[in-house]
Amino acid sequence: MNRLSLRPLGIRKTRRIQDSLFWIILAIFLVFFLFIFFWMFVSSFKPNLLIVSDPPVWFFTPTLDHYGEVFRRNPFARYLFNSLTIAVSSVGLSLLVGLPAAYSIAKFKQDGLALALLVVRMLPGITFLVPLFIVYKRLGLLDTHAGIVITHILTVLPLIMWVMIGFFEDVPSELLDAALIDGCSQLGTMIRVMIPLSLPGITAVAILSFISSWNNFIFVLILGGSKTMTLPLAVYNFLTYGQVNWGALCAAATVVTLPVLLLALVVQRFLAGGLTMGAIKG
Amino acid sequence: MQQQAGPNSEQTGQASDSSPEHPVDSGDVRQEDQEQGYAPPTSLFGRAFALIDRNLAYVLPAPAAIVILLLMGYPFFYTVSLSLQRVNVTMTRFTFVGAENLLEVLTADARFLSAFWITLYFTVASLMLELVLAMIMALVMNRTFRGLGVIRTLFLLPLVATPTATSVIWLIMMEPSIGILNYFLEAVGLPRSLWVAGDTSVVPSLVWINAWHGVPFVMLILLAGLRSLPTEPFEAARIDGASKLQEFFQITLPLLKGAIVVAMLFRAIDTLKVFDAIWIMTAGGPGRRSETLHIYSYLTAFEFYDLGYGSAVILVFMVIILVISAVLIRLRQRAWL
Repeated sequence: MNRLSLRPLGIRKTRRIQDSLFWIILAIFLVFFLFIFFWMFVSSFKPNLLIVSDPPVWFFTPTLDHYGEVFRRNPFARYLFNSLTIAVSSVGLSLLVGLPAAYSIAKFKQDGLALALLVVRMLPGITFLVPLFIVYKRLGLLDTHAGIVITHILTVLPLIMWVMIGFFEDVPSELLDAALIDGCSQLGTMIRVMIPLSLPGITAVAILSFISSWNNFIFVLILGGSKTMTLPLAVYNFLTYGQVNWGALCAAATVVTLPVLLLALVVQRFLAGGLTMGAIKG
Repeated sequence: MQQQAGPNSEQTGQASDSSPEHPVDSGDVRQEDQEQGYAPPTSLFGRAFALIDRNLAYVLPAPAAIVILLLMGYPFFYTVSLSLQRVNVTMTRFTFVGAENLLEVLTADARFLSAFWITLYFTVASLMLELVLAMIMALVMNRTFRGLGVIRTLFLLPLVATPTATSVIWLIMMEPSIGILNYFLEAVGLPRSLWVAGDTSVVPSLVWINAWHGVPFVMLILLAGLRSLPTEPFEAARIDGASKLQEFFQITLPLLKGAIVVAMLFRAIDTLKVFDAIWIMTAGGPGRRSETLHIYSYLTAFEFYDLGYGSAVILVFMVIILVISAVLIRLRQRAWL
C-alpha cells in the first residue's frame, strides 16, 4: 500500500478500474457457466406452478414435495446404491490392474503399450457394445451388476492408466534408484516408494474415474435394466416415461449432480491437475 | 531383485532394467545363482519372487493387457466380423455377406452421409466456439488474484457434472414456450428461439451445450500455456510500442500453438463421440436434423436391431475418429517441433 501511494494518482486510478473490470467480467463468466446449477437447485424446491411461471418467480416458500416424489414414489435410494457400488467396484478393480501397468509403461518406456492405450481411449464405447451385447445375452450377463462393472472398466481403466503414466513419469528417478541401491527389490520400490509418492495423483485419478463411471449413461442404457438402473438412466426414464413433472426432474437431476459437484469442490486442489494431466503429458 | 554394491552391481542393474524387447529367459534363475556375492533365494517363494521381480516389465502390464485385449480387442474383431454378416433381428441367423454392408454404408446410405455432415458441422462449430470463449477466459484469468483456486474449480463444474442430468435441465430451460432462456432472450430484446425444437436452431443449441461442457477444459490448458510463456518477447514488444492486439496475434497466439492443438485434439475426440446430450435432448430430431454418426450408429444397432449393418456403420464411424485423431496428433507433433 505504501509503495502504491508513492506512484502518481493516475496509475492507481486506472489500476482500480482495471481491477473492478476484471471482477465484473469474471462474475459474468461465472453466472454464464453456473446459472444452470443454480436454476436446477432452486427449481427442485419450487412448487410446480411457479416453475413454469413467466416471468420467473425468484422468491417462494420452498417445498420438499419433489424430493418426496423422487425418493418415495420411485426407488431412487436403490438407484443411488447401484450407482455407488458400480462406480466403486469398477474404480477399485481398475486401480488394481491399472496402477502396475501404468508404472511399468512409465518406468520401462513401453511406448507401444502407451500408443495402444491412446487408441483405446479415442474409441467411443459403442464400438464395443454390439459384440458385448451379443455375448452378454448368451452368458446371461445383461442387467447384472458384474456385467455393468465390466463395461465401466472399459472407460475407467484407460483413463486411470493414461493419467498415471504422466504422473509416474514425473517422479524423479533418483528416488527410485536410491531405493534400489539400498537393496529394495523392483517390486518393493514400486509399492514402498512410487505408490506412496504418487498418492495425491492416485487420489485425483480415483475421483476422476469415479465421476466418469458415475456419469456413464450409454452402457447401462444398452446392457442394463431395472435391476442395475443407475441414477443417470433413472433421470432419463423420468423424462421419457413419466408425465413431465419439471420439479421432480430438477430434484432427480440434483440428486445425481450434487455428489459429483461436492466431490469436485472437496478435491479442487487435485482436480485441475488431474483433468489436464493426461492431455498435457500425452 | 536384490541389488548390492560391489563389482557386480552394474551388471545386475542392467538385468533388473530388463527392457520389454528382451525375451523372457527361463534360464535366468540359474545364471543368477552363479553370480558372485549374491545370495540365491532358496525357498520356492523366494525364487518365484526373484523371477517375477526380474521380469516386471512383463508382469506388471500383463493383467491390464489381458483385460484390454479381452474387453476391447476381442469385441473389436467381433465388430469387424459382424460387419461382414447379415444378422436377423432375433440374433439367431448370421449370414456372411462380405463387404456388402460396408459398401452400402460408404456409397448408398444417404442417412449415413447426412449424419457425417451433421457430425462435422457440430464438431467444427463446437471447437471454434470453445476456442474463442476459452481464450478470452484464459486471458482474463491470466493474473494472480485472491480466490483463483476456488474460481478455477467453479469453472470446472460443467466439465464434471453428469451430462444426463444437465441435459435434462438444459431441455427444460430451452423449452420454447415457457423456458427461462427465451425469457432472458426477450428481456435483452432478442427474438425467442425454438432451441432444440427448431430445424435450424437445433445444432447451434447443441453446440452451445457442448461448448458449455468443454470450454473449462480448453481454458485450463490455455491458462497453463499462458502461464508458462517467456516474458522477454512481451517486454521487447512493449518497448517497440506494439498494441495489445498486435501483442496477442503476433506473440501470444503463435507461442500458444502447442497448447491450442492439444486442447483441440482432446476436444475433437470427445465432441465426435458426444452421445448423452444429443440422445436425451433430441434423439436426432427434429426429423434427422441432429442425427450425428454416434446417434445413427446407436439407432441402427440398438433401435432397429440390425446388428450386421449397425456394426458396419460403427466401424466406419470408428475409422473416421481414428483418422481425424491421427491428423491432429501429427499436427501436434509439428506444432511442438
